[in-house]
Amino acid sequence: MKKNFFKNALLTLKNYVPLIQELVKRDLKVKYRRSILGYLWSLLNPLLMMCVMSYVFSTIFQSNIPNFPLYLICGQTLWNFFNESTNMAMYSVLQNGSLIRKVYIPKYIFPLSRVLSSFVTMSFSLLAILIVMLFTGAKVYWTILLFWVPLVFLFVFCCGIGLILSALSVYFRDITHLYGVLTLAWMYATPVFYDISILPANVQGTIAWNPMYHYITFFRSLILYGQIPQGSVWLICIVCSLAMLAVGLMVFRKMQRNFILYI
Amino acid sequence: MNQQQSIISVKDVSMIFNLASERVDNLKEYILKVLKKELMVQEFYALRDVSLEIGRGESVALVGANGSGKSTLLKVIAGVMSPTKGSVSVKGSIAPMIELGAGFDMDLTARENIFLNGAVLGHDRQFMESHFNSIMDFAELWDFVDVPVKNFSSGMVARLGFAIATEIRADILIVDEVLAVGDFRFQEKCKQRMAEMMSGGTTMLFVSHSAEQVRELCQKAVWLEKGRVKMIGDVNEVCDCYEAS
Repeated sequence: MKKNFFKNALLTLKNYVPLIQELVKRDLKVKYRRSILGYLWSLLNPLLMMCVMSYVFSTIFQSNIPNFPLYLICGQTLWNFFNESTNMAMYSVLQNGSLIRKVYIPKYIFPLSRVLSSFVTMSFSLLAILIVMLFTGAKVYWTILLFWVPLVFLFVFCCGIGLILSALSVYFRDITHLYGVLTLAWMYATPVFYDISILPANVQGTIAWNPMYHYITFFRSLILYGQIPQGSVWLICIVCSLAMLAVGLMVFRKMQRNFILYI
Repeated sequence: MNQQQSIISVKDVSMIFNLASERVDNLKEYILKVLKKELMVQEFYALRDVSLEIGRGESVALVGANGSGKSTLLKVIAGVMSPTKGSVSVKGSIAPMIELGAGFDMDLTARENIFLNGAVLGHDRQFMESHFNSIMDFAELWDFVDVPVKNFSSGMVARLGFAIATEIRADILIVDEVLAVGDFRFQEKCKQRMAEMMSGGTTMLFVSHSAEQVRELCQKAVWLEKGRVKMIGDVNEVCDCYEAS
């Protein structure tokens, strides 16, 4: 039964590729509709945010991380992707209620397409990282070619979280309010704008349990330091991603049956 | 009718809703109610032991008072709801017209919505591109092709929805009181297209409160009352009994 679900999910996924494409296109169109700069915002936004934050952290808080702007924007890009995709996925089932009430569609399509459209936006903002590298004269390592690896891991991880959130929020709208606070706490527990070495040892141990820390560190070591992470880091990232996806699919599968009564 | 020909078969379907007197959609309430064991389960049978066989090419009307389970039955057949008990088997593709325009994104234009809606029904962009012109011709909305749908009147939304759903020849057409909107001329056009589809072998399920339309378009009728099948048979017989009740 369980095996069938996953097998069917994969099979139907193939049939619904056009739908996913249309949904992703819709998200992108709606996001920048009526803004003059349009897609350019995906590039400008991270750059401007990076400017503000690196000013704040280099003058007020005095951080001594080398090439702080690049350090910051690497972490920020991944964190923003995580934050945006899971938030959008959370509302995906609720907002597509009118469709779900009308036609039979495998419902996991909705969180999936939201994470995907967020992934597309994030790929635009990778350009911003290149621009920062150019401006700060950072050394370019060949390992940068592997940049997509941590992004794929993170994508799978976000799909898992998105599935859980989208299913829970149908039954308990509180989740949508609670999640904002949760992500705020999570952000501070992730070394986006600080280095983990400034923390006391016991806190460092706690943060090692944070999957986001590993994805971001993975990404940074490829771009900033020209190192390929050790096997154990790969293992942690892969296990976190797959485990989250499996849990997400299981929760979603269990809860989707009665969606229609609560939408 | 013999078994091989039936395209929709509904076997002993019951649909039970938990009619909580208030909807619990927040966590605190839920926990409180579970603790107090107050999460009452007041069961309501929207459908009770409904069995139906519908043959290929038949056109069947569902009649009955408000709340008798007509729409629920359509949704169960369309696969949108899964029945609490019993089973439904459908052989063929379905073009659902339950709440026309429900699948539209109001911020997108008519053009974009055609592709989105087509994808929802399982058609890729290429396929929709080849049908795009005839959809717009039928809906007669060429002047508004790049206008966001939120600026459309309800009649215009219905036109677009109907045009998309009937453009692709599905095996089964499900029509839930959509002819009520739209002006007289468009209603005639819709009826004509439905008649065309039926002569092409499409099976139709039709819900309407207009006995006139039902008699005009359907051969068979099913009378539902409080979730049970009260009568199945020739459209005129069933309608006569229903009207007399």
